[in-house]
Amino acid sequence: MEHLISLFVKAVFVENMALAFFLGMCTLLALSKKVETALGLGIAVIVVLTITVPLNNLLYQNLLKDGALQWAGLPNVDLSFLGLLSYIGVIAAVVQILEMTLDKYMPALYNALGVFLPLITVNCAIMGASLFMVERDYNFSESVVYGVGAGIGWALAIAALAGIREKLKYSDVPAGLRGLGITFITVGLMSLGFMSFSGVQL
Amino acid sequence: MSEVKKVLFGPILANNPIALQILGICSALAVTSSMNVSLVMAIALTLVTAFSNFFIAIIRNYIPSSIRIIVQMIIIASLVIVVDQVLRAFAFEISKQLSVFVGLIITNCIVMGRAEAYAMKNGPGMSFLDGIGNGLGYSAMLMIVAFFRELLGAGKLFGHVIFETVQNGGWYQPNGLMLLPPSAFFVIGLIIWALRAYKKEQVEEPEFKIAANSRAQEAL
Repeated sequence: MEHLISLFVKAVFVENMALAFFLGMCTLLALSKKVETALGLGIAVIVVLTITVPLNNLLYQNLLKDGALQWAGLPNVDLSFLGLLSYIGVIAAVVQILEMTLDKYMPALYNALGVFLPLITVNCAIMGASLFMVERDYNFSESVVYGVGAGIGWALAIAALAGIREKLKYSDVPAGLRGLGITFITVGLMSLGFMSFSGVQL
Repeated sequence: MSEVKKVLFGPILANNPIALQILGICSALAVTSSMNVSLVMAIALTLVTAFSNFFIAIIRNYIPSSIRIIVQMIIIASLVIVVDQVLRAFAFEISKQLSVFVGLIITNCIVMGRAEAYAMKNGPGMSFLDGIGNGLGYSAMLMIVAFFRELLGAGKLFGHVIFETVQNGGWYQPNGLMLLPPSAFFVIGLIIWALRAYKKEQVEEPEFKIAANSRAQEAL
């Protein structure tokens, strides 16, 4: 249990998807002008990560890993080269299913998240979490915790950045830095701040 | 001819995918602490963008628009698998350093963005060139960032010593910050500033105009 809690804290703060690994940057920079949209997108990312990382973990452990097909009488088969294709397939499918389910049963939530869901398929943070899960060989319970933690970390980063940018628009920024340039530097400073978590021993 | 030139070289300065379109930043930042790794990443991305544009342009008239994203994804993912396997076979060390970032070319917004915006509407030849052009824009940015980070952070270029560092009995005190992830943001931010100082039309409009300071005169 302790191990899982420390994994969670690590995923949220120390190894923050956005600020330590720069994943999901395109959406982070493009959609962080308002806190409201940022929160919507953050929640969508948490939901999708919580579902896709464990699903991909099952897929990897039971079908793709070297020797994983033993139960089917094929102990020497290594399908791990098909990983990338399968993970992105799972992600695209989950996002599609989620979109249709929300549309049918929770129209209010669908209207709030609607526009962001298709964008999430191409969010590097989603794919990145699955790839990190494979690289570090997490088991199922670890992958659930890691999925939730990575999602919350990313949502935290985009919400914080949106908060800063909302205030920043009243400030007098040099012409060439206005907009994208100053956002880059802001994210850099935030990332520097998050590096202080890396000294935390768990 | 000028059309070819525009498609090929436009994305480098005038319409840079990273500096202006906000595409492909995700994987661009984490791999730029050394020039060798960035070069491999840049080549891999250029090839994937060019060929995915090419193949998508060939079948663009047969893709039903409702499932086009998945079709594009599958083409891109297959190309990335090829790149990943080639890197593992011939450049294992670099492939280890790139870790998950090769796989993340799939979700790199440049590849998807160009497939969606250009390859779905144009012929295979031009789409291929557009892929190369955008790949070059990305590569140029990546190499510039890596140049500053490796030179100032470790005193080296492509692993060759340029500035002899203090640890090795030289004169250069390496700037450790440059090897850390946040420096990539500062470098890119400054490059964007330089680029916009040169190309004024890229400057964004302020959302709030700040009134000129009038108090100063009252004080006199």
